[in-house]
Amino acid sequence: MLHRYLPMTEEDKQEMLKAIGVESIDELFSDIPESVRFKGEYNIKKAKSEPELMKELTELAAKNADIKRYTSFLGAGVYDHYIPVIVDHVISRSEFYTAYTPYQPEISQGELQAIFEFQTMICELTGMDVANSSMYDGGTALAEAAMLSAAHTKNKKVLVSKAVHPEYRDVLKTYAKGPGIEIVEIPFKNGVTDLEALKAEMNEQVACVIVQYPNFFGQIEPLKDIETIAHTGKSMFVVASNPLALGILTPPGQFGADIVVGDAQAFGIPTQFGGPHCGYFAVKSALMRKIPGRLIGQTTDEEGRRGFVLTLQAREQHIRRDKATSNICSNQALNALAASVAMTALGKKGVKEMATMNIQKALYAKKAFVENGFEVPFTGPFFNEFVVKLNKPIKEVNKQLLEKGIIGGYDLGRDYPELENHMLVAVTELRTKEEIDMLVKELGDSHA
Amino acid sequence: MHKDQPLIFEISKPGRIGYSLPELDVPAVNVEEVIPADYIRIQEPELPEVSELDIMRHYTALSKRNHGVDSGFYPLGSCTMKYNPKMNENVARLSGFAHIHPLQPEETVQGALELMYDLQEHLKEITGMDAVTLQPAAGAHGEWTGLMMIRAYHEANGDYKRTKVIVPDSAHGTNPASATVAGFETVTVKSNENGLVDLEDLKRVVGPDTAALMLTNPNTLGLFEENILEMASIVHEAGGKLYYDGANLNAVLSKARPGDMGFDVVHLNLHKTFTGPHGGGGPGSGPVGVKADLIPFLPKPVVSKGENGYYLDYDRPQSIGRVKPFYGNFGINVRAYTYIRSMGPDGLKAVTEYAVLNANYMMRRLAEYYDLPYDRHCKHEFVLSGKRQKKLGVRTLDIAKRLLDFGYHPPTIYFPLIVEECMMIEPTETESKETLDAFIDAMIQIAKEAEENPEMVQEAPHTTVVKRLDETTAARKPILRYQKQ
Repeated sequence: MLHRYLPMTEEDKQEMLKAIGVESIDELFSDIPESVRFKGEYNIKKAKSEPELMKELTELAAKNADIKRYTSFLGAGVYDHYIPVIVDHVISRSEFYTAYTPYQPEISQGELQAIFEFQTMICELTGMDVANSSMYDGGTALAEAAMLSAAHTKNKKVLVSKAVHPEYRDVLKTYAKGPGIEIVEIPFKNGVTDLEALKAEMNEQVACVIVQYPNFFGQIEPLKDIETIAHTGKSMFVVASNPLALGILTPPGQFGADIVVGDAQAFGIPTQFGGPHCGYFAVKSALMRKIPGRLIGQTTDEEGRRGFVLTLQAREQHIRRDKATSNICSNQALNALAASVAMTALGKKGVKEMATMNIQKALYAKKAFVENGFEVPFTGPFFNEFVVKLNKPIKEVNKQLLEKGIIGGYDLGRDYPELENHMLVAVTELRTKEEIDMLVKELGDSHA
Repeated sequence: MHKDQPLIFEISKPGRIGYSLPELDVPAVNVEEVIPADYIRIQEPELPEVSELDIMRHYTALSKRNHGVDSGFYPLGSCTMKYNPKMNENVARLSGFAHIHPLQPEETVQGALELMYDLQEHLKEITGMDAVTLQPAAGAHGEWTGLMMIRAYHEANGDYKRTKVIVPDSAHGTNPASATVAGFETVTVKSNENGLVDLEDLKRVVGPDTAALMLTNPNTLGLFEENILEMASIVHEAGGKLYYDGANLNAVLSKARPGDMGFDVVHLNLHKTFTGPHGGGGPGSGPVGVKADLIPFLPKPVVSKGENGYYLDYDRPQSIGRVKPFYGNFGINVRAYTYIRSMGPDGLKAVTEYAVLNANYMMRRLAEYYDLPYDRHCKHEFVLSGKRQKKLGVRTLDIAKRLLDFGYHPPTIYFPLIVEECMMIEPTETESKETLDAFIDAMIQIAKEAEENPEMVQEAPHTTVVKRLDETTAARKPILRYQKQ
């Protein structure tokens, strides 16, 4: 058959069959027993030409309300941020996106160096010693942090704050079933981890304490106070963090975190319906030889040139097989590259400026809600998200907002029965004063 | 005197920027007034300070130091390095796919859910399974998801003693690692002299403690496990489940479906068979298909179709739970869907036929120059052994490095572990006969060099931007980040 992705000609085929010494391609499949042989063709849609399929899929995409046409106040772990245009130009270089894992360093120096730079930037932002080359996403990175803590401490109990992203906690619970880790959720008080409740659950059997910073409600967790409780016995301190916020906030590494994980989606990665994003995983040097995933290290070649290689591979599944503590193989390399380009474009000044703008815009929005009679239940410092209490179901409110071209905030009642009719509002640097004012106006009298 | 490729940090200069943010249109509140002092960063992160052109030149220079499928032939066995269609990239970047938020109301993402649902339907037919989840992010993630479902299935039957997963000695390292992460113990089953699972050994290791057998078919030697139905009945009779590692699905599209071979669970690597680009190591996508009796255990939510359109079904009381935030690597799934729709049923059939034709052609032409440990028709890939060259002092690693001088990415080497000095070659269907011939010629030349001029091979590569790198020092004294001098 003729297809633009298949270069085989009839003449080639005949020559190749002859070289092999068979009459037909079918003969090459003679080792598949008749009883399992699939006859005929799949009952799937017929092929479409490039222009026809492009038209169909463009129309399908247009059925979605994208956040470039709508004004979005939805965050909850995934944000509408400025993506420097250059990011897509770099990741569209096909030497990067059509390569695989850099197993042959001599012809993969570009990828290896780019990821070495990524590791450095994540270390800088988190205040940690070592960062790996990426994980699938923030949620699985958090689950792997718990697994690493359990393996390292040989303890089987994990304390996780209920102010950690509910979907991250769901993923954690699924992973925990494998090695039989017990997950204990710590309630929150005024939007941050309840320190008294944490103290009450803390003991020598705990593998780690996990909090999020800023947490799911946008609040800045008191890491300083949590750390002193978390470091009881062998227990480790794990912080999930939005790396953009670390452009302005004190990094978890300075508060004594042993493991910092999170998602770098804020840096140059579109929301794309939740994935692919870019998990990161950073540790203190004591855990360097236990970190999951690929690590890039600097070295030299035979002639003294600087070069980069995959290193400390003895930790990984392809060497350790059933003794490995993580099974991760493919990661999110191309998205780590995108995040690197965005962190580079923003740079030292831009990351701080963008993080600061998030705080300022969210603060303006919060004040606007308060001034218009809305209740904002949590009173602590926050980054770019806050909680507003309304007097009717969020689902209903969001339906009305949609008619005005606004995608409203997250319905917290979905995960927290006690927060029914509470909306989590995200305000990034891309939301204008005008858009914020419109949101508050459209919500009108729906305050409690 | 050579010059090192500078790191982005080394070209940084205070006073340069590479971004463009809007003016602040709300009051410029001082952060110190709203964030407690302890929580405001004192030392700024050392991120680069560069202009936009600096950035573009830096990454363009790096890209030139990288080999992708678009740069040249990439016969990396078991990785299916086929051409990545450009149309896929354009579709994934459509605003309605790239810029939708996962938590938007369902009625605003009907197009995305429809695509996911239809992809699930296509993958069901392709694998012969009854349901598919798109949630796992990569192959290994899919393996673990499938094993967690098998575990939940056994436990739902009150069967808590199935603690072991059987894995062939030729399996990918992720198989035993996934079994461990899912809480199982791994038992290895041997391969026989034909490179296939030894049935007698399988009968010996299977038992009332067997949770599952994980199998790649064709296996990592590129050979079809022709006793698959017998293996299925051995495992099923013992009460275990059969797990299909879909890494090698490119070999059997339209020829044999895992569901018809007796498999209960299958994961696919959409970045291999279905052209999601490999991205330098990811992101991938690892959907999992299951037979009817495992449907209740699928991760939630499940993308479903109802009277009022598509929806996310969270009402799954027996679900293993979430394996990932949100719904999987949607962007990669969009690319795979575009590819499947570009190929259609006849196209996918041709994919496998040409992939297998290419592999057999290369295998036959190279058999004279390298040892062929398993002399029978291969599927999409085959293994050679460098035993003959080793006797001349030339290792498989040297052969791989010498291939770099010809502009090729070498095959997978030293895997599977059961073949000495192994080279695992997978040409894929998107390569032309001319490309295969040129690669074969290079391999023949290297075989001759091994006899006549071994130093040429032992000292390779000669033409790359760096020579062989000191991996021992890299591991002994790790430098894992840049430090400002």
